[in-house]
Amino acid sequence: MEKERTEVDDIDRSIYDFKDSEEGFYRIKEGLTKEIVEKISEEKHDPEWMRDFRLKSLEIYEKLEVPDWGPDISGLNIDDIVTYVRPNTKMSAKWEEVPDDIKNTFERLGIPQAERESLAGVGAQYDSELVYHNVKDEVSKTGVIYTDMESALTGEYEQMVKDHFMKLVPPTDHKFAALHGAVWSGGSFVYVPPGVKLDIPLQSYFRLNAAGAGQFEHTLIIVSEGADLHFIEGCSAPKYNVANLHAGCVELYVGKNARLRYSTIENWSKNMYNLNTKRAICEEGASIEWISGSFGSHVSYLYPSSILKGNDSHAEFTGITFAGRGQNLDTGAKMVHIGRDTSSFINTKSISKDGGISTYRSSVTVMPTAENAKASVSCASLMLDDISRSDTVPAMDIRTDKADIGHEAKIGRISDDAVFYLMSRGIDEEDAKAMIVSGFADPVSKELPLEYAVEMNNLIRLEMKGAIG
Amino acid sequence: MALLEIKNLCVRVDGNDILDNINLSIGRGETHVLMGPNGAGKSTLGNALMGNPVYDITSGNIFFNGLDIKEESPDKRAKAGMFMSFQNPLEVPGISLSSFIRNAITQQTGEKIKFSQYRQDLGSNMELLNFDRSYKDRDLNVGFSGGEKKKAEILQLLMLKPKFAILDETDSGLDVDAVRTVSEGIREYQKFEDGALLIITHATKILESLHVDKTHILVKGRIVESGDGTLVEEINKNGFEKYQDM
Repeated sequence: MEKERTEVDDIDRSIYDFKDSEEGFYRIKEGLTKEIVEKISEEKHDPEWMRDFRLKSLEIYEKLEVPDWGPDISGLNIDDIVTYVRPNTKMSAKWEEVPDDIKNTFERLGIPQAERESLAGVGAQYDSELVYHNVKDEVSKTGVIYTDMESALTGEYEQMVKDHFMKLVPPTDHKFAALHGAVWSGGSFVYVPPGVKLDIPLQSYFRLNAAGAGQFEHTLIIVSEGADLHFIEGCSAPKYNVANLHAGCVELYVGKNARLRYSTIENWSKNMYNLNTKRAICEEGASIEWISGSFGSHVSYLYPSSILKGNDSHAEFTGITFAGRGQNLDTGAKMVHIGRDTSSFINTKSISKDGGISTYRSSVTVMPTAENAKASVSCASLMLDDISRSDTVPAMDIRTDKADIGHEAKIGRISDDAVFYLMSRGIDEEDAKAMIVSGFADPVSKELPLEYAVEMNNLIRLEMKGAIG
Repeated sequence: MALLEIKNLCVRVDGNDILDNINLSIGRGETHVLMGPNGAGKSTLGNALMGNPVYDITSGNIFFNGLDIKEESPDKRAKAGMFMSFQNPLEVPGISLSSFIRNAITQQTGEKIKFSQYRQDLGSNMELLNFDRSYKDRDLNVGFSGGEKKKAEILQLLMLKPKFAILDETDSGLDVDAVRTVSEGIREYQKFEDGALLIITHATKILESLHVDKTHILVKGRIVESGDGTLVEEINKNGFEKYQDM
């Protein structure tokens, strides 16, 4: 039978343009050094403050420890970090070198050739640049700025970037935030002026082609007072990366009475350590809605956070995680209530199969100032077999009596009776299970734009293939 | 050969022998009734026939349409023309009753039926069953009452048009009106050419308006008596008492 999994084997080290150990001539000094960071800064034509920021981040990075509370990341050799950084600048990946199962998945998802190549980080620059510019023209008429981080940093929005860059996720947050601060590259910058409401979602779909941009990319979105934006990051095709560490950072600033909906389906190749940090801050009356799908990767740490600073602000998080063989996905959300009358809702689904581990981890904090806050957490897990695992770690820290807090957790196994029921109607076992899993995921798919919902269902079907027997 | 031929069937569940040497033969278009006290093994027979993996066939054979289907998975049995109306239909969120039935028809026939035709068939069958039309867009069995679940089962029977259907306690938990509409649906199925039935029940209300060819009494995992439709009336009068010590 044709292999239909999106899994990829360990990276082929020969694609790096330097050699391992012995032959000292090509060998780069272990660890991330000041020289390397300075080199990155120089190649990117950073303004001086950004260069200083990178170096400061590097200092912090060196002082911080690797987190010891989540899934094991010892497979990630921190001393070798330079090897994750270097290929970005010198990567000369070819379409032919992309693993076959990744190519097949693109095919199954119905993604055109040109986009497949760009998703894989190779080729097709011209085509996708063109599409990107078309979107940009339409959007720019509304006064919205949508550009890549490098352009924003070196162009007329430099001050705006400076005022916001890693202010919400400071490099001191954790080791990988510091690493991000030192070596970040690529990503999107969006600014929505006051009162502007965009009808169509902005998508970064076409922007993934920038060489190596998928690895330490920085996304900065500023939605001004009374404005409205739906931003969609990534797509459900596996993002193939030759290196296996992803430490991106997303910072979302939602102004007074503004609304931002941020949707992502992350589907990393299955050798990836995905240590991503996402955070939003809401001013008075603002609302942030997260839709998050986590597929792929070997290990993920992902907990999008919402800081409800303004009174009457609101956050919603809807997420789904699918952990298959060899995957340990630790995902959830974080809510911090500061303002009065703030509300937050967390609704997650996680699925584990073939020995995959899925952990739901969340934290809800209600500060003494957050009178009349309302928070609700609902998480459900579905295990497809006896060897898979699902854990739930919901933390709550409520520091006022005047808060309304609810929590509901459900952990269950796929029902053999339900599978038999569907099979008795002529549906084969694989489809029957996929149908049940899709149904379980339905509350999340419903929140996605149609083409993404379709892709997510396809993705579930792909993950389910080969799950039987 | 009959449509369904059960030979010396023994079935075990969770290490307990439940059915002991069952022999049964059902011809095309025939309606058989399987009666017996609670715990006799009636549902076990239905589940074993349909291929529920929990039910372990320790010996014997099941021939359907001349082929031994003992080793076939439930979906293969369905594709061969078998159907079972469940005693407790399962709730499946995320797929509507209507698209589920259409999906099942496509799986069984291998071709997509025209939507307009499908909608018309579904509509008239729902009307026959006095089944509120809005249910077709609701998630399969989710939040349905007991009666609505049974109606949804009979609706599937009418839409899928199997050669042979097992009705496992379809009348249990239904009020008088619901039993009447459900048995109307069953009568409609009997009208199909060759539509054969095995009706599992421990009550007789559902049988009042149905033509019955044969009745079997199952007690403690064994068929202790078989007869024609009049046996139903006798059971109705005297119960299973006289078979208990056999």
